[in-house]
Amino acid sequence: MKPTLLETRDLCVAYGRVEAIHKVSIRIRQGEIVTVIGPNGAGKTTLLSALMGLLPARGEISYQGQPTSRSTAVDALVGRGLVLVPEKRELFGSMSVADNLLLGAFARHRRGARDHAKTMDEVFAIFPRLAERRTQEAGTLSGGERQMLAMGRALMAKPTLLMLDEPSLGLAPLIVREIFRIVQQLKAMGVSILLVEQNARAALQVADYGYVLENGSVALENDARSLLDDPRVIESYLGLGGSHSIAA
Amino acid sequence: MNASVALILVQDGVTNGAIYALLSLALVLVFAVTRVIFIPQGEFVAYGALSMAAVSAGFLPPTMWLVVTLGIAVALVESVAALREGAAARLPMIILKNAALPILALVAVRYLPLKTLAYPLQIAVALLFVVPLGPQIYRLAFQPVAEATVLLLLIVSVAVHFVLLGLGLYFFGAEGGRTPAFSDGGFNLGSSYIQFQTLWIVGIAAVLIAGLALFFEHSIYGKALRATAINRTGARLMGISADLAGKLCFTLAALVGAFSGILIAPITTVYYDTGFLIGLKGFVGAIVGGLASYPLAAAGAILVGLLESYSSFYASAYKEVIVFTLIIPVLLWRSLTTHHVDDEEH
Repeated sequence: MKPTLLETRDLCVAYGRVEAIHKVSIRIRQGEIVTVIGPNGAGKTTLLSALMGLLPARGEISYQGQPTSRSTAVDALVGRGLVLVPEKRELFGSMSVADNLLLGAFARHRRGARDHAKTMDEVFAIFPRLAERRTQEAGTLSGGERQMLAMGRALMAKPTLLMLDEPSLGLAPLIVREIFRIVQQLKAMGVSILLVEQNARAALQVADYGYVLENGSVALENDARSLLDDPRVIESYLGLGGSHSIAA
Repeated sequence: MNASVALILVQDGVTNGAIYALLSLALVLVFAVTRVIFIPQGEFVAYGALSMAAVSAGFLPPTMWLVVTLGIAVALVESVAALREGAAARLPMIILKNAALPILALVAVRYLPLKTLAYPLQIAVALLFVVPLGPQIYRLAFQPVAEATVLLLLIVSVAVHFVLLGLGLYFFGAEGGRTPAFSDGGFNLGSSYIQFQTLWIVGIAAVLIAGLALFFEHSIYGKALRATAINRTGARLMGISADLAGKLCFTLAALVGAFSGILIAPITTVYYDTGFLIGLKGFVGAIVGGLASYPLAAAGAILVGLLESYSSFYASAYKEVIVFTLIIPVLLWRSLTTHHVDDEEH
Protein backbone atom coordinates (compact mmCIF):
# COMPACT_ATOMS: atom_id res chain seq x y z
CA MET A 1 0.00 0.00 0.00
CA LYS A 2 1.35 3.42 -0.96
CA PRO A 3 2.20 5.85 1.85
CA THR A 4 -0.33 8.49 2.86
CA LEU A 5 0.40 12.00 1.62
CA LEU A 6 -2.41 13.98 3.16
CA GLU A 7 -4.97 13.01 5.73
CA THR A 8 -7.71 14.83 7.62
CA ARG A 9 -9.49 13.56 10.70
CA ASP A 10 -12.82 15.02 11.83
CA LEU A 11 -12.17 18.28 10.05
CA CYS A 12 -14.71 21.02 10.81
CA VAL A 13 -14.82 24.47 9.27
CA ALA A 14 -17.29 27.15 10.28
CA TYR A 15 -18.13 30.54 8.84
CA GLY A 16 -19.17 32.35 11.98
CA ARG A 17 -21.72 30.03 13.58
CA VAL A 18 -22.60 28.21 10.37
CA GLU A 19 -20.68 24.99 9.99
CA ALA A 20 -19.76 24.48 6.33
CA ILE A 21 -17.86 21.25 6.87
CA HIS A 22 -18.58 18.72 9.59
CA LYS A 23 -16.21 15.95 10.66
CA VAL A 24 -14.72 15.25 7.27
CA SER A 25 -12.03 12.57 7.16
CA ILE A 26 -10.26 11.97 3.87
CA ARG A 27 -6.97 10.40 2.85
CA ILE A 28 -4.81 10.85 -0.23
CA ARG A 29 -2.03 8.39 -0.97
CA GLN A 30 1.10 9.13 -2.93
CA GLY A 31 0.65 8.97 -6.70
CA GLU A 32 -3.14 8.75 -6.56
CA ILE A 33 -5.88 10.87 -8.01
CA VAL A 34 -8.56 11.33 -5.38
CA THR A 35 -11.75 13.13 -6.26
CA VAL A 36 -14.32 14.88 -4.12
CA ILE A 37 -17.65 15.20 -5.87
CA GLY A 38 -20.93 16.65 -4.71
CA PRO A 39 -23.51 19.29 -5.45
CA ASN A 40 -23.11 23.05 -5.22
CA GLY A 41 -22.71 24.25 -1.67
CA ALA A 42 -21.65 20.87 -0.31
CA GLY A 43 -18.45 22.40 1.07
CA LYS A 44 -15.95 21.23 -1.55
CA THR A 45 -14.20 24.57 -1.99
CA THR A 46 -14.27 25.17 1.76
CA LEU A 47 -12.51 21.84 2.24
CA LEU A 48 -9.70 22.83 -0.14
CA SER A 49 -9.35 26.28 1.45
CA ALA A 50 -8.99 24.67 4.88
CA LEU A 51 -6.38 22.22 3.59
CA MET A 52 -4.41 25.12 2.11
CA GLY A 53 -4.47 26.99 5.41
CA LEU A 54 -6.64 29.79 4.03
CA LEU A 55 -9.44 29.13 6.54
CA PRO A 56 -9.19 28.27 10.22
CA ALA A 57 -10.33 24.72 10.89
CA ARG A 58 -10.84 22.36 13.81
CA GLY A 59 -9.77 18.75 13.67
CA GLU A 60 -6.55 17.30 12.33
CA ILE A 61 -4.81 17.79 9.01
CA SER A 62 -1.52 16.08 8.37
CA TYR A 63 0.56 16.56 5.26
CA GLN A 64 3.58 14.34 4.57
CA GLY A 65 3.15 12.87 8.04
CA GLN A 66 3.36 16.22 9.84
CA PRO A 67 0.38 18.00 11.32
CA THR A 68 -0.22 21.37 9.68
CA SER A 69 -0.93 23.52 12.69
CA ARG A 70 -3.38 26.37 12.60
CA SER A 71 -0.55 28.86 12.35
CA THR A 72 1.22 27.23 9.42
CA ALA A 73 1.43 29.90 6.77
CA VAL A 74 0.25 29.30 3.23
CA ASP A 75 3.69 30.05 1.84
CA ALA A 76 5.24 27.33 4.02
CA LEU A 77 2.79 24.75 2.63
CA VAL A 78 3.42 25.89 -0.95
CA GLY A 79 7.13 25.49 -0.26
CA ARG A 80 6.43 21.91 0.81
CA GLY A 81 4.70 21.14 -2.47
CA LEU A 82 1.04 21.59 -1.56
CA VAL A 83 -0.40 23.74 -4.32
CA LEU A 84 -3.99 24.81 -4.99
CA VAL A 85 -5.48 25.82 -8.32
CA PRO A 86 -8.54 27.77 -7.16
CA GLU A 87 -11.92 27.73 -8.83
CA LYS A 88 -11.58 31.40 -9.76
CA ARG A 89 -8.09 30.79 -11.24
CA GLU A 90 -6.80 33.99 -9.51
CA LEU A 91 -4.41 34.88 -12.34
CA PHE A 92 -2.39 38.10 -12.50
CA GLY A 93 -4.52 39.65 -15.23
CA SER A 94 -2.32 42.52 -16.37
CA MET A 95 0.89 40.48 -16.40
CA SER A 96 2.16 38.30 -19.22
CA VAL A 97 1.63 34.55 -19.40
CA ALA A 98 5.37 34.02 -18.89
CA ASP A 99 5.41 36.25 -15.79
CA ASN A 100 2.39 34.43 -14.34
CA LEU A 101 4.24 31.15 -14.81
CA LEU A 102 7.47 32.53 -13.34
CA LEU A 103 5.64 33.61 -10.19
CA GLY A 104 4.41 30.05 -9.81
CA ALA A 105 8.03 29.23 -9.03
CA PHE A 106 8.30 31.96 -6.36
CA ALA A 107 8.21 29.62 -3.37
CA ARG A 108 10.92 27.45 -4.92
CA HIS A 109 12.95 30.55 -5.80
CA ARG A 110 12.88 31.53 -2.13
CA ARG A 111 14.36 28.14 -1.32
CA GLY A 112 17.22 28.60 -3.73
CA ALA A 113 15.95 26.97 -6.95
CA ARG A 114 17.06 28.75 -10.14
CA ASP A 115 15.95 26.26 -12.83
CA HIS A 116 12.84 28.25 -13.76
CA ALA A 117 13.56 28.35 -17.51
CA LYS A 118 13.79 24.56 -17.62
CA THR A 119 10.65 24.12 -15.51
CA MET A 120 8.81 26.54 -17.79
CA ASP A 121 9.84 24.51 -20.85
CA GLU A 122 8.38 21.43 -19.16
CA VAL A 123 5.13 23.30 -18.55
CA PHE A 124 5.09 24.47 -22.17
CA ALA A 125 5.53 20.83 -23.24
CA ILE A 126 2.33 19.97 -21.36
CA PHE A 127 0.47 23.12 -22.47
CA PRO A 128 1.80 24.09 -25.95
CA ARG A 129 -0.94 26.73 -26.15
CA LEU A 130 0.71 28.68 -23.33
CA ALA A 131 4.00 28.77 -25.23
CA GLU A 132 2.21 30.42 -28.16
CA ARG A 133 0.70 32.99 -25.82
CA ARG A 134 3.71 33.58 -23.56
CA THR A 135 3.96 37.36 -24.11
CA GLN A 136 0.20 37.94 -24.04
CA GLU A 137 -1.48 39.40 -20.94
CA ALA A 138 -3.22 36.75 -18.84
CA GLY A 139 -6.42 38.85 -18.75
CA THR A 140 -6.83 38.47 -22.53
CA LEU A 141 -6.86 34.67 -22.56
CA SER A 142 -9.90 32.52 -23.30
CA GLY A 143 -11.53 30.49 -20.52
CA GLY A 144 -9.75 27.27 -21.43
CA GLU A 145 -6.41 29.00 -21.74
CA ARG A 146 -6.91 30.63 -18.35
CA GLN A 147 -7.45 27.24 -16.75
CA MET A 148 -4.35 25.94 -18.51
CA LEU A 149 -2.36 28.93 -17.25
CA ALA A 150 -3.64 28.42 -13.71
CA MET A 151 -2.58 24.76 -13.84
CA GLY A 152 0.71 25.59 -15.53
CA ARG A 153 1.47 28.22 -12.91
CA ALA A 154 0.80 25.67 -10.17
CA LEU A 155 3.08 23.15 -11.90
CA MET A 156 5.91 25.72 -11.82
CA ALA A 157 5.93 25.07 -8.07
CA LYS A 158 6.70 21.38 -8.78
CA PRO A 159 3.83 20.24 -6.56
CA THR A 160 3.83 17.01 -4.63
CA LEU A 161 0.08 17.29 -4.18
CA LEU A 162 -1.85 19.37 -6.66
CA MET A 163 -5.35 20.40 -5.60
CA LEU A 164 -7.67 21.32 -8.45
CA ASP A 165 -10.93 23.13 -7.70
CA GLU A 166 -13.49 22.61 -10.47
CA PRO A 167 -10.99 22.68 -13.33
CA SER A 168 -13.75 22.01 -15.88
CA LEU A 169 -16.09 24.76 -14.67
CA GLY A 170 -17.43 26.90 -17.50
CA LEU A 171 -15.34 25.26 -20.21
CA ALA A 172 -16.38 23.82 -23.59
CA PRO A 173 -16.63 19.98 -23.71
CA LEU A 174 -13.61 19.61 -25.96
CA ILE A 175 -11.45 21.60 -23.56
CA VAL A 176 -12.84 19.71 -20.57
CA ARG A 177 -11.66 16.48 -22.20
CA GLU A 178 -8.24 18.05 -22.76
CA ILE A 179 -8.00 19.15 -19.11
CA PHE A 180 -8.85 15.67 -17.83
CA ARG A 181 -6.33 14.13 -20.23
CA ILE A 182 -3.68 16.42 -18.73
CA VAL A 183 -4.75 15.45 -15.20
CA GLN A 184 -4.01 11.82 -16.10
CA GLN A 185 -0.72 12.83 -17.69
CA LEU A 186 0.29 14.61 -14.47
CA LYS A 187 -0.47 11.49 -12.48
CA ALA A 188 1.77 9.50 -14.82
CA MET A 189 4.48 12.06 -14.08
CA GLY A 190 4.18 11.26 -10.37
CA VAL A 191 2.06 14.17 -9.16
CA SER A 192 -0.64 13.26 -6.64
CA ILE A 193 -3.91 15.04 -7.26
CA LEU A 194 -6.92 16.04 -5.22
CA LEU A 195 -9.64 16.82 -7.74
CA VAL A 196 -12.80 18.62 -6.71
CA GLU A 197 -15.47 18.42 -9.39
CA GLN A 198 -19.13 18.78 -10.18
CA ASN A 199 -18.56 16.86 -13.38
CA ALA A 200 -18.78 13.59 -11.45
CA ARG A 201 -18.53 11.17 -14.36
CA ALA A 202 -15.36 12.70 -15.83
CA ALA A 203 -13.80 12.98 -12.37
CA LEU A 204 -14.55 9.38 -11.38
CA GLN A 205 -13.25 8.12 -14.71
CA VAL A 206 -9.75 9.49 -14.06
CA ALA A 207 -9.68 9.06 -10.28
CA ASP A 208 -8.46 6.14 -8.15
CA TYR A 209 -10.65 6.91 -5.17
CA GLY A 210 -13.64 9.12 -4.60
CA TYR A 211 -15.56 10.88 -1.84
CA VAL A 212 -19.11 12.17 -2.17
CA LEU A 213 -19.59 15.32 -0.11
CA GLU A 214 -23.11 16.38 0.82
CA ASN A 215 -24.12 19.15 3.20
CA GLY A 216 -20.59 19.35 4.55
CA SER A 217 -20.18 15.67 5.38
CA VAL A 218 -18.83 12.64 3.56
CA ALA A 219 -21.93 10.75 2.43
CA LEU A 220 -20.13 7.99 0.60
CA GLU A 221 -16.59 6.90 -0.24
CA ASN A 222 -15.13 4.08 -2.31
CA ASP A 223 -12.86 3.18 -5.20
CA ALA A 224 -13.69 5.41 -8.12
CA ARG A 225 -14.70 2.44 -10.28
CA SER A 226 -17.11 1.14 -7.65
CA LEU A 227 -18.63 4.59 -7.26
CA LEU A 228 -19.21 4.74 -11.01
CA ASP A 229 -21.30 1.56 -10.68
CA ASP A 230 -22.98 2.52 -7.41
CA PRO A 231 -26.71 2.95 -8.05
CA ARG A 232 -26.95 5.80 -5.52
CA VAL A 233 -24.20 7.73 -7.29
CA ILE A 234 -25.69 6.93 -10.68
CA GLU A 235 -29.08 8.21 -9.63
CA SER A 236 -27.86 11.42 -8.01
CA TYR A 237 -24.81 12.42 -10.03
CA LEU A 238 -24.47 10.39 -13.19
CA GLY A 239 -28.02 9.74 -14.29
CA LEU A 240 -30.20 12.15 -16.14
CA GLY A 241 -33.15 12.79 -13.91
CA GLY A 242 -32.70 12.16 -10.22
CA SER A 243 -31.85 14.92 -7.82
CA HIS A 244 -32.17 12.91 -4.60
CA SER A 245 -29.31 13.04 -2.20
CA ILE A 246 -27.63 9.87 -1.01
CA ALA A 247 -27.90 10.55 2.68
CA ALA A 248 -31.62 11.22 2.58
CA MET B 1 8.14 87.68 -16.53
CA ASN B 2 11.03 87.29 -18.93
CA ALA B 3 12.54 84.13 -20.32
CA SER B 4 15.32 83.87 -17.79
CA VAL B 5 12.93 84.03 -14.84
CA ALA B 6 10.75 81.43 -16.50
CA LEU B 7 13.77 79.20 -16.93
CA ILE B 8 14.74 79.57 -13.29
CA LEU B 9 11.21 78.63 -12.25
CA VAL B 10 11.26 75.61 -14.55
CA GLN B 11 14.61 74.55 -13.11
CA ASP B 12 13.27 74.94 -9.59
CA GLY B 13 10.01 73.17 -10.41
CA VAL B 14 11.66 70.21 -12.11
CA THR B 15 14.16 69.80 -9.28
CA ASN B 16 11.45 69.69 -6.64
CA GLY B 17 9.22 67.72 -8.98
CA ALA B 18 11.88 65.02 -9.31
CA ILE B 19 11.87 64.57 -5.53
CA TYR B 20 8.05 64.54 -5.41
CA ALA B 21 8.11 62.00 -8.24
CA LEU B 22 10.33 59.65 -6.23
CA LEU B 23 8.06 59.97 -3.20
CA SER B 24 4.89 59.54 -5.24
CA LEU B 25 6.22 56.30 -6.72
CA ALA B 26 6.96 54.97 -3.23
CA LEU B 27 3.47 55.99 -2.08
CA VAL B 28 1.82 54.24 -5.03
CA LEU B 29 3.88 51.12 -4.40
CA VAL B 30 3.07 50.97 -0.70
CA PHE B 31 -0.62 51.57 -1.31
CA ALA B 32 -0.93 49.09 -4.18
CA VAL B 33 0.73 46.28 -2.23
CA THR B 34 -0.40 46.88 1.36
CA ARG B 35 -3.34 49.35 0.99
CA VAL B 36 -1.54 51.64 3.45
CA ILE B 37 -1.56 55.36 2.64
CA PHE B 38 1.96 55.99 3.81
CA ILE B 39 1.76 59.34 5.61
CA PRO B 40 5.14 58.87 7.38
CA GLN B 41 6.88 58.92 3.99
CA GLY B 42 7.90 62.52 4.64
CA GLU B 43 9.53 61.66 7.98
CA PHE B 44 11.94 59.41 6.11
CA VAL B 45 12.92 62.42 3.99
CA ALA B 46 13.68 64.44 7.13
CA TYR B 47 15.44 61.53 8.85
CA GLY B 48 17.56 60.92 5.76
CA ALA B 49 18.56 64.57 5.44
CA LEU B 50 19.25 65.08 9.14
CA SER B 51 21.17 61.82 9.51
CA MET B 52 23.29 62.86 6.56
CA ALA B 53 23.87 66.24 8.20
CA ALA B 54 24.98 64.46 11.38
CA VAL B 55 27.32 62.11 9.55
CA SER B 56 28.92 64.84 7.48
CA ALA B 57 29.52 66.81 10.68
CA GLY B 58 31.29 63.75 12.07
CA PHE B 59 28.56 62.48 14.41
CA LEU B 60 26.88 59.11 14.43
CA PRO B 61 23.33 59.25 13.07
CA PRO B 62 21.17 59.54 16.20
CA THR B 63 18.49 57.27 14.69
CA MET B 64 20.77 54.30 15.22
CA TRP B 65 19.40 53.92 18.74
CA LEU B 66 15.91 53.81 17.29
CA VAL B 67 16.98 51.15 14.77
CA VAL B 68 18.53 49.07 17.57
CA THR B 69 15.51 49.48 19.87
CA LEU B 70 13.00 48.60 17.16
CA GLY B 71 15.24 45.72 16.11
CA ILE B 72 15.05 44.27 19.61
CA ALA B 73 11.28 44.83 19.65
CA VAL B 74 10.89 43.03 16.31
CA ALA B 75 13.05 40.16 17.58
CA LEU B 76 10.80 39.86 20.64
CA VAL B 77 7.57 39.88 18.64
CA GLU B 78 8.93 37.36 16.11
CA SER B 79 10.25 35.12 18.89
CA VAL B 80 6.89 35.01 20.64
CA ALA B 81 5.21 34.16 17.33
CA ALA B 82 7.76 31.41 16.63
CA LEU B 83 7.35 29.92 20.10
CA ARG B 84 3.57 29.87 19.70
CA GLU B 85 4.00 27.87 16.50
CA GLY B 86 6.38 25.54 18.32
CA ALA B 87 9.26 26.53 16.04
CA ALA B 88 11.90 27.23 18.66
CA ALA B 89 14.60 26.25 16.18
CA ARG B 90 14.08 29.55 14.38
CA LEU B 91 14.92 31.66 17.46
CA PRO B 92 18.70 32.07 16.91
CA MET B 93 18.14 33.26 13.33
CA ILE B 94 15.41 35.68 14.42
CA ILE B 95 17.58 37.23 17.12
CA LEU B 96 20.63 37.40 14.85
CA LYS B 97 18.78 39.02 11.95
CA ASN B 98 16.70 41.54 13.87
CA ALA B 99 18.59 42.45 17.03
CA ALA B 100 22.22 41.39 16.68
CA LEU B 101 22.77 42.79 13.19
CA PRO B 102 21.88 46.42 14.03
CA ILE B 103 24.03 46.28 17.17
CA LEU B 104 26.96 44.93 15.15
CA ALA B 105 26.49 47.67 12.56
CA LEU B 106 26.39 50.25 15.32
CA VAL B 107 29.64 48.97 16.83
CA ALA B 108 31.31 48.85 13.43
CA VAL B 109 30.31 52.40 12.51
CA ARG B 110 31.58 53.76 15.84
CA TYR B 111 35.15 53.18 14.72
CA LEU B 112 34.77 54.82 11.34
CA PRO B 113 36.32 58.28 10.83
CA LEU B 114 32.96 59.65 9.73
CA LYS B 115 34.00 63.20 9.03
CA THR B 116 36.76 62.31 6.60
CA LEU B 117 34.87 59.47 4.93
CA ALA B 118 34.25 59.72 1.19
CA TYR B 119 30.86 61.29 0.39
CA PRO B 120 29.24 58.11 -0.99
CA LEU B 121 30.30 56.20 2.13
CA GLN B 122 28.79 58.90 4.34
CA ILE B 123 25.55 58.46 2.40
CA ALA B 124 25.75 54.71 2.99
CA VAL B 125 26.19 55.21 6.75
CA ALA B 126 23.26 57.64 6.89
CA LEU B 127 21.04 55.21 4.97
CA LEU B 128 22.17 52.27 7.10
CA PHE B 129 20.48 53.75 10.15
CA VAL B 130 17.33 55.09 8.53
CA VAL B 131 16.22 52.54 5.93
CA PRO B 132 15.80 49.58 8.37
CA LEU B 133 13.13 51.66 10.12
CA GLY B 134 10.87 50.94 7.12
CA PRO B 135 10.55 47.16 7.52
CA GLN B 136 10.70 47.48 11.32
CA ILE B 137 7.74 49.85 11.33
CA TYR B 138 5.86 47.55 8.97
CA ARG B 139 6.47 44.56 11.25
CA LEU B 140 5.47 46.34 14.44
CA ALA B 141 2.67 48.69 13.35
CA PHE B 142 1.13 47.34 10.15
CA GLN B 143 1.66 43.59 9.89
CA PRO B 144 -0.55 42.84 12.93
CA VAL B 145 -3.45 44.68 11.24
CA ALA B 146 -2.58 43.85 7.63
CA GLU B 147 -6.08 42.53 6.89
CA ALA B 148 -7.86 45.58 8.31
CA THR B 149 -9.77 48.18 6.31
CA VAL B 150 -8.04 50.97 4.40
CA LEU B 151 -9.43 53.46 6.91
CA LEU B 152 -7.94 51.66 9.91
CA LEU B 153 -4.60 51.36 8.13
CA LEU B 154 -4.75 55.10 7.43
CA ILE B 155 -5.36 55.84 11.10
CA VAL B 156 -2.37 53.69 12.08
CA SER B 157 -0.39 55.49 9.40
CA VAL B 158 -1.26 58.90 10.88
CA ALA B 159 -0.30 57.64 14.33
CA VAL B 160 3.07 56.41 13.06
CA HIS B 161 3.56 59.81 11.43
CA PHE B 162 3.11 61.65 14.73
CA VAL B 163 5.34 59.21 16.60
CA LEU B 164 8.12 59.63 14.07
CA LEU B 165 7.66 63.40 14.11
CA GLY B 166 8.08 63.48 17.89
CA LEU B 167 11.05 61.14 17.77
CA GLY B 168 12.55 63.33 15.04
CA LEU B 169 12.40 66.35 17.34
CA TYR B 170 13.95 64.29 20.13
CA PHE B 171 16.78 62.86 18.03
CA PHE B 172 17.68 65.79 15.83
CA GLY B 173 16.52 68.79 17.85
CA ALA B 174 14.63 71.78 16.56
CA GLU B 175 17.49 73.21 14.52
CA GLY B 176 17.59 72.37 10.88
CA GLY B 177 20.40 70.59 9.10
CA ARG B 178 22.18 71.26 5.87
CA THR B 179 24.89 69.31 4.10
CA PRO B 180 27.62 70.26 1.64
CA ALA B 181 26.67 69.95 -2.04
CA PHE B 182 27.64 66.75 -3.87
CA SER B 183 29.80 69.03 -6.01
CA ASP B 184 30.07 72.79 -5.68
CA GLY B 185 29.48 75.37 -8.34
CA GLY B 186 27.47 75.35 -11.51
CA PHE B 187 27.44 76.71 -15.02
CA ASN B 188 25.67 79.26 -17.16
CA LEU B 189 23.05 78.05 -19.56
CA GLY B 190 22.07 81.00 -21.70
CA SER B 191 21.13 83.67 -19.25
CA SER B 192 20.52 81.45 -16.25
CA TYR B 193 22.85 79.81 -13.78
CA ILE B 194 22.40 76.13 -13.10
CA GLN B 195 23.81 74.59 -9.92
CA PHE B 196 25.50 71.23 -10.19
CA GLN B 197 23.43 70.02 -7.23
CA THR B 198 20.19 70.42 -9.20
CA LEU B 199 21.68 68.25 -11.92
CA TRP B 200 22.62 65.69 -9.27
CA ILE B 201 19.07 65.69 -7.93
CA VAL B 202 17.38 65.30 -11.28
CA GLY B 203 19.99 62.81 -12.47
CA ILE B 204 19.91 60.58 -9.40
CA ALA B 205 16.11 60.75 -9.23
CA ALA B 206 15.99 59.62 -12.87
CA VAL B 207 18.43 56.78 -12.15
CA LEU B 208 16.44 55.68 -9.09
CA ILE B 209 13.18 55.73 -11.07
CA ALA B 210 14.80 53.72 -13.86
CA GLY B 211 16.17 51.33 -11.23
CA LEU B 212 12.71 50.86 -9.72
CA ALA B 213 11.27 50.25 -13.19
CA LEU B 214 13.93 47.60 -13.90
CA PHE B 215 13.27 46.01 -10.53
CA PHE B 216 9.53 45.73 -11.20
CA GLU B 217 9.90 44.60 -14.80
CA HIS B 218 12.73 42.12 -14.52
CA SER B 219 13.31 40.75 -11.02
CA ILE B 220 11.15 37.99 -9.58
CA TYR B 221 10.72 39.96 -6.34
CA GLY B 222 9.58 43.04 -8.24
CA LYS B 223 7.12 40.90 -10.18
CA ALA B 224 5.93 39.34 -6.92
CA LEU B 225 5.15 42.83 -5.57
CA ARG B 226 3.21 43.68 -8.73
CA ALA B 227 1.37 40.38 -8.51
CA THR B 228 0.40 41.08 -4.91
CA ALA B 229 -1.00 44.44 -5.99
CA ILE B 230 -3.00 42.81 -8.83
CA ASN B 231 -4.38 39.78 -7.03
CA ARG B 232 -3.65 39.22 -3.34
CA THR B 233 -5.26 35.78 -3.19
CA GLY B 234 -3.42 34.60 -6.27
CA ALA B 235 -0.12 35.86 -4.91
CA ARG B 236 -0.76 34.16 -1.58
CA LEU B 237 -1.41 30.85 -3.30
CA MET B 238 1.94 31.14 -5.08
CA GLY B 239 3.66 31.39 -1.70
CA ILE B 240 4.19 35.17 -1.90
CA SER B 241 3.36 35.99 1.70
CA ALA B 242 1.76 39.34 2.46
CA ASP B 243 4.31 39.85 5.25
CA LEU B 244 7.22 39.51 2.87
CA ALA B 245 5.64 41.80 0.27
CA GLY B 246 4.84 44.41 2.93
CA LYS B 247 8.33 44.35 4.38
CA LEU B 248 9.86 44.62 0.94
CA CYS B 249 7.86 47.64 -0.17
CA PHE B 250 8.30 49.45 3.15
CA THR B 251 12.05 48.94 2.73
CA LEU B 252 11.88 50.45 -0.75
CA ALA B 253 9.73 53.34 0.48
CA ALA B 254 12.15 54.06 3.33
CA LEU B 255 15.09 53.93 0.95
CA VAL B 256 13.44 56.26 -1.54
CA GLY B 257 12.38 58.68 1.21
CA ALA B 258 15.77 58.77 2.95
CA PHE B 259 17.62 59.15 -0.31
CA SER B 260 15.34 62.03 -1.35
CA GLY B 261 16.22 63.74 1.92
CA ILE B 262 19.93 63.29 1.27
CA LEU B 263 19.46 64.75 -2.21
CA ILE B 264 17.70 67.91 -1.07
CA ALA B 265 19.76 68.56 2.10
CA PRO B 266 22.42 70.55 0.21
CA ILE B 267 19.94 72.99 -1.35
CA THR B 268 17.48 73.54 1.47
CA THR B 269 17.62 73.51 5.24
CA VAL B 270 15.67 70.50 6.47
CA TYR B 271 14.00 70.52 9.88
CA TYR B 272 12.57 67.56 11.75
CA ASP B 273 9.09 68.50 10.48
CA THR B 274 10.00 69.54 6.93
CA GLY B 275 9.30 66.12 5.52
CA PHE B 276 5.56 66.15 6.06
CA LEU B 277 4.81 68.84 3.46
CA ILE B 278 7.22 67.30 0.99
CA GLY B 279 5.59 63.91 1.44
CA LEU B 280 2.12 65.42 1.01
CA LYS B 281 3.17 66.97 -2.30
CA GLY B 282 4.37 63.55 -3.42
CA PHE B 283 0.93 62.33 -2.35
CA VAL B 284 -0.77 64.90 -4.60
CA GLY B 285 1.32 63.53 -7.48
CA ALA B 286 0.29 59.99 -6.55
CA ILE B 287 -3.37 61.06 -6.54
CA VAL B 288 -3.00 62.28 -10.14
CA GLY B 289 -2.05 58.69 -10.93
CA GLY B 290 -5.07 57.42 -9.00
CA LEU B 291 -2.69 55.77 -6.48
CA ALA B 292 -2.31 53.08 -9.12
CA SER B 293 -0.36 54.30 -12.16
CA TYR B 294 3.38 54.83 -11.75
CA PRO B 295 4.01 56.95 -14.89
CA LEU B 296 0.99 59.16 -14.19
CA ALA B 297 2.09 59.61 -10.59
CA ALA B 298 5.57 60.68 -11.68
CA ALA B 299 4.13 63.08 -14.27
CA GLY B 300 1.70 64.44 -11.69
CA ALA B 301 4.55 65.00 -9.26
CA ILE B 302 6.54 67.00 -11.83
CA LEU B 303 3.37 69.02 -12.45
CA VAL B 304 3.12 69.68 -8.71
CA GLY B 305 6.75 70.87 -8.69
CA LEU B 306 6.18 73.27 -11.59
CA LEU B 307 2.90 74.55 -10.18
CA GLU B 308 4.63 75.19 -6.88
CA SER B 309 7.52 77.15 -8.35
CA TYR B 310 5.30 79.26 -10.59
CA SER B 311 2.79 80.00 -7.87
CA SER B 312 5.60 80.98 -5.51
CA PHE B 313 6.53 83.57 -8.12
CA TYR B 314 3.05 84.91 -8.81
CA ALA B 315 1.36 84.46 -5.45
CA SER B 316 3.91 83.25 -2.96
CA ALA B 317 1.58 83.63 0.01
CA TYR B 318 -0.82 81.12 -1.59
CA LYS B 319 1.83 78.70 -2.82
CA GLU B 320 0.73 75.73 -0.71
CA VAL B 321 -2.95 76.52 -1.14
CA ILE B 322 -2.63 76.43 -4.90
CA VAL B 323 -0.66 73.18 -4.89
CA PHE B 324 -3.07 71.34 -2.62
CA THR B 325 -6.14 72.75 -4.36
CA LEU B 326 -4.93 70.82 -7.39
CA ILE B 327 -6.36 67.72 -5.75
CA ILE B 328 -9.95 68.88 -6.27
CA PRO B 329 -9.97 69.19 -10.09
CA VAL B 330 -7.85 66.05 -10.32
CA LEU B 331 -10.29 64.05 -8.22
CA LEU B 332 -13.22 65.42 -10.25
CA TRP B 333 -11.50 64.50 -13.50
CA ARG B 334 -10.61 61.03 -12.22
CA SER B 335 -14.05 60.26 -10.88
CA LEU B 336 -15.61 61.32 -14.17
CA THR B 337 -13.23 59.44 -16.43
CA THR B 338 -12.42 56.22 -14.58
CA HIS B 339 -14.88 53.42 -14.18
CA HIS B 340 -14.14 50.79 -11.64
CA VAL B 341 -13.52 47.57 -13.53
CA ASP B 342 -12.91 44.31 -11.76
CA ASP B 343 -9.57 42.82 -12.52
CA GLU B 344 -11.09 39.51 -13.54
CA GLU B 345 -14.57 38.51 -14.45
CA HIS B 346 -15.60 35.12 -13.27
